[in-house]
Amino acid sequence: METVVKRLGVWACVLMASIAAIALTPDSGFAIHMGIVGLVAVILVVATATSYDPMARVQGIFRMPPGPSRYDDDPIRWGVIATMFWGIAGLLAGVFIAAQMAFPELNIEPYLNFGRLRPLHTSAVIFAFGGNALLATSFYVVQRTCRTTLALPGLARFVFWGYQLFIVLAATGYLLGISQGKEYAEPEWYVDLWLTIVWVAYLAVFVATILNRREPHIYVANWFYLAFILTVAMLHLVNNLAMPVSLLGAKSYSAFAGVQDALTQWWYGHNAVGFFLTAGFLAMMYYFVPKQAGRPVYSYRLSIIHFWSLIFLYIWAGPHHLHYTALPDWAQTLGMVFSVMLWMPSWGGMINGLMTLNGAWDKVRTDPIIRMMVLALAFYGMSTFEGPMLSIKAVNSLSHYTDWTIGHVHSGALGWNGMITFACVYYLTPRLWNRERLYSLRMINWHFWLATLGIVFYAASMWVAGITQGLMWREYGADGYLVNSFVDTVAALHPMYVLRMGGGLMYLTGALIMAFNIAMTIAGKLRVEAPMGETAHDEAADRPLPPLTAEPAE
Amino acid sequence: MTLYTLLRHFADSYGLAAICALYLTLCLWHFRPGARRFVADAKHSIFKDENDDQ
Repeated sequence: METVVKRLGVWACVLMASIAAIALTPDSGFAIHMGIVGLVAVILVVATATSYDPMARVQGIFRMPPGPSRYDDDPIRWGVIATMFWGIAGLLAGVFIAAQMAFPELNIEPYLNFGRLRPLHTSAVIFAFGGNALLATSFYVVQRTCRTTLALPGLARFVFWGYQLFIVLAATGYLLGISQGKEYAEPEWYVDLWLTIVWVAYLAVFVATILNRREPHIYVANWFYLAFILTVAMLHLVNNLAMPVSLLGAKSYSAFAGVQDALTQWWYGHNAVGFFLTAGFLAMMYYFVPKQAGRPVYSYRLSIIHFWSLIFLYIWAGPHHLHYTALPDWAQTLGMVFSVMLWMPSWGGMINGLMTLNGAWDKVRTDPIIRMMVLALAFYGMSTFEGPMLSIKAVNSLSHYTDWTIGHVHSGALGWNGMITFACVYYLTPRLWNRERLYSLRMINWHFWLATLGIVFYAASMWVAGITQGLMWREYGADGYLVNSFVDTVAALHPMYVLRMGGGLMYLTGALIMAFNIAMTIAGKLRVEAPMGETAHDEAADRPLPPLTAEPAE
Repeated sequence: MTLYTLLRHFADSYGLAAICALYLTLCLWHFRPGARRFVADAKHSIFKDENDDQ
């Protein structure tokens, strides 16, 4: 009873503080954000004060198995649902902004214009979809590989729900025009502070679980997860050093200025790719690919070399985002050289993942989840080849600021991050909900081909668009003047933008099929369908060839 | 000598050598004599428990 009263007191204080902030702030966006915080406090007050347990009821809706199990899987189930939800939301935003590029009339001012929806799309797919997938899989993998339940279970739940609050604040902020203008780090100072608290809690849960382990060795997937959590904490803290104008307003100013600010931003931005979208997802790869294939990773020693090489090389590659800018030349060259060196560990990791299937390649035909993983690894290889190539200054002078970069990012994000996440969600759902199998394996096949074709359309159209753009921008006439105005290049790209939208739409359709499949699996239904990869027995063909008879010589 | 020059000289000499040595040690640690058994254990550790899924 005493703890209930204490908790009520804390939530009431939060509610009062948010009401005070709404009353005092001159900033309408900030007021709406404080309203969201106040609403969360009200929900918590109601949930604490009454015996009504909203979580138990909602868990009933999502058919989560009740009672204690061997591992603490509840936050993971929530993470899987959140991954699916935010994935659809982020992809939908992506298709919509792709349509805006092709048909500018779709820019609905001011809340749904391209400038506000674009960070909504990037944050929704990277931090909401990818982040929830990383949260869920890291909690799943760390428990299994350490053979212990989550340490600090209450804090683990706080991490999940706190992270969702961060996503909601960030996403609504973009639509309201609240942004600090740093790519992939758009949320303002108070949202950054909240994320810092959540992230430190995440680190605490993860490290405490590793410390409680009943297994002498820490499996390599956990190394990648830990590197991801630690590095993202460091990047987030340094890049978001800023001074708010007022404690009752959203606006803040960065602690750095000019080229220093730009370099800090791209040190952050590139390592967000390196540690959020690479290290974290490689952790998934090193656990789920061997588990799904039923074979250990091809070379454990190679995975360790892969790990340390990424750690030592990635952190220096950021300056390649600032080629031909005010950044000193030596720093640009340093970024380029380290980016090119990164090619080797990346391909080492790709080969390690693919060779795990050595001797089990038939599974690519029969198991659509393995097929998705193989495609993810193939795209990991392709985009980690394309990336170093684009970082070479001569190539970059053509590609930079063009759609080639967008194509490169999406071959990595849709091909590598998207596909490995889909494969992991397909792997996890039947296991977490105690189902015999997924609702339908054939639907995974549809998802696979729609997604693959979608990526091909996306990447190919952006290559063409990017090179067209780059060549048109640099074309000089005999008189020494530029031949094309900017709007000429925009007009030339229109067909490519329509194709890109089509590719995105295919990818989204695949994800919708997946959402249906996952929902049906959770509901406990099984689709009646022919199994995958069964070759019908042909009695007539199943006999030895007739013996060869000697032909008489002519 | 300014602080920048001092740090820069350190980073280009002893700092660089120390980081390279650390990198090589970490990579080669699992190739040390007698490590084969531990590496094989770790590699197969995710398959030790058949009831992992639940």
